[in-house]
Amino acid sequence: MLLDIKNLHVKYGNVEALHGIDIQVEEGEIVTLLGANGAGKTTTLNAISGLVKASKGEVLFRGEALHKLPAHKVVTRKITQSPEGRRVFGTLTVLENLNLGAFTSKNKERVAKSLEWIYELFPRLAERRGQLAGTLSGGEQQMLAIGRALMSNPKLLLLDEPSLGLAPVLVTQIFRTVRQINQAGVTVMLVEQNARMALKLAHRGYVMEVGKIVMADSAKALLKNPDVLQAYLGGAE
Amino acid sequence: MEQFFQQLTNGLAIGGIYALIALGYTLVYGVLKLINFAHGDLFTIGAFLGLSLLTAFSLTDKLGFVLGVSALLLMVVCLVGLVGILLDQAAYKPLRSSHRLSAVVSALGMSIVFSNAIMLIFGASPEVYPHGILPSQVLHIMGLPFPVKRLLLLVTSLVLMVALYTFIQKTTIGAAIRAAAIDQDAARLMGINVNRVIMLIFFIGPALGGAAGVMVGLYYGQIKWTMGWLYGLKAFTAAILGGIGNIPGAMVGGLLLGVIESLCSAYISMAWKDAITFVVLILILIVRPTGLLGERVAEKI
Repeated sequence: MLLDIKNLHVKYGNVEALHGIDIQVEEGEIVTLLGANGAGKTTTLNAISGLVKASKGEVLFRGEALHKLPAHKVVTRKITQSPEGRRVFGTLTVLENLNLGAFTSKNKERVAKSLEWIYELFPRLAERRGQLAGTLSGGEQQMLAIGRALMSNPKLLLLDEPSLGLAPVLVTQIFRTVRQINQAGVTVMLVEQNARMALKLAHRGYVMEVGKIVMADSAKALLKNPDVLQAYLGGAE
Repeated sequence: MEQFFQQLTNGLAIGGIYALIALGYTLVYGVLKLINFAHGDLFTIGAFLGLSLLTAFSLTDKLGFVLGVSALLLMVVCLVGLVGILLDQAAYKPLRSSHRLSAVVSALGMSIVFSNAIMLIFGASPEVYPHGILPSQVLHIMGLPFPVKRLLLLVTSLVLMVALYTFIQKTTIGAAIRAAAIDQDAARLMGINVNRVIMLIFFIGPALGGAAGVMVGLYYGQIKWTMGWLYGLKAFTAAILGGIGNIPGAMVGGLLLGVIESLCSAYISMAWKDAITFVVLILILIVRPTGLLGERVAEKI
């Protein structure tokens, strides 16, 4: 098993946001995390990345306790995140943003290869490499956020709401690229509002409600599940 | 014409000092959104440490002018940088997650601690740097007088500024500093150790301030335990003038403020020299609060 989350609790001050969740991710999978706003999806990703601390429970990555590492160390274990809202460094150029994605990588050849691959996945980024990231369109910023997360050659990529605020045609394109990234051997954990598209892409899915996992199944089964249809897919297609 | 030129070069020289100090404010503000009000006193510490080291090791006698002054600057830069790191660890780091005002109050408190410590250690009366360390020749270029020491002052501060700018703009660590200034959590997701970045900032900023302290000591001769207050305020004004958090802004703001101050004291009134600085501060806050170079790029959401 690549990632094993056991009974994870997270607190913000006195308020508990995650009430003990369990998630398993196998190598090579795309696993999606569905749920309404405030269900705790982003908190889960941030707990894996080390941005928020577990108050109880554990996050194991290939058996290593991630929840004991500070965020900047988690990256060196080959786990990266493309955060919600993209959060590219607006006053830095596209290339500077990408290079920061490889901040922890010492192997220059490897980094050059990653960069080449990212330019292949997102030719737009290659065209705009010298441009300030803040001047990119929303879709391009999303590409940059994903590209930046790929620069250190991760084993596990955490994607938080990559479709947020994008035009449908761009969303399709981004999802297609996510599949390509997965086929290149990167395990993906995807948080999405767009449940239908996420389930079509993913192998398995978890459904979260107010800090708990309420359902876990294969993506195919979830797509047919009447409760999921009702709550997250806006009724039958 | 000659008077104007004199005032201009004089303004640029003192402006370079303001710029060096202003960089310390702006670097810290950029990453922590904190005005380090103890920064002016770090400048004073630099001036006094410089004097002590200079006389204790008689550096310029043993090593000659260029090597001696360089060694002096290097020592002061390192020591004041360390004081800066200690300041952050002791007074700001414990308050990192509290309200921003708490750290500001802590900064004001540290300013008082520092200036009084300097007074207790070095005495309340002004101290004087040994005379005649800087060359007193005056060059004449196209009929205009250039005092060599003024030129040295300006060149030294420019060299330090260019070095800092290159470091911030061209190196990976520099990019990491800029990233941490924009979004600390996103920087962490890149694997950047933000605590290290903050430590580095608290080394570089005070180090530059300390260098400015030595330069003021060498150039003007007299130093006093209270000097950090006025220099600090002026450099703070310079940082605001250029756009706080913006590194080229602090440089431009410092040089500009030096020139404004120098020209106004020559052509308006010497007595109003310090008031002019604060008129500039008030004007910039009213007319363009982001400063001259502030917020050039709008961030897309």
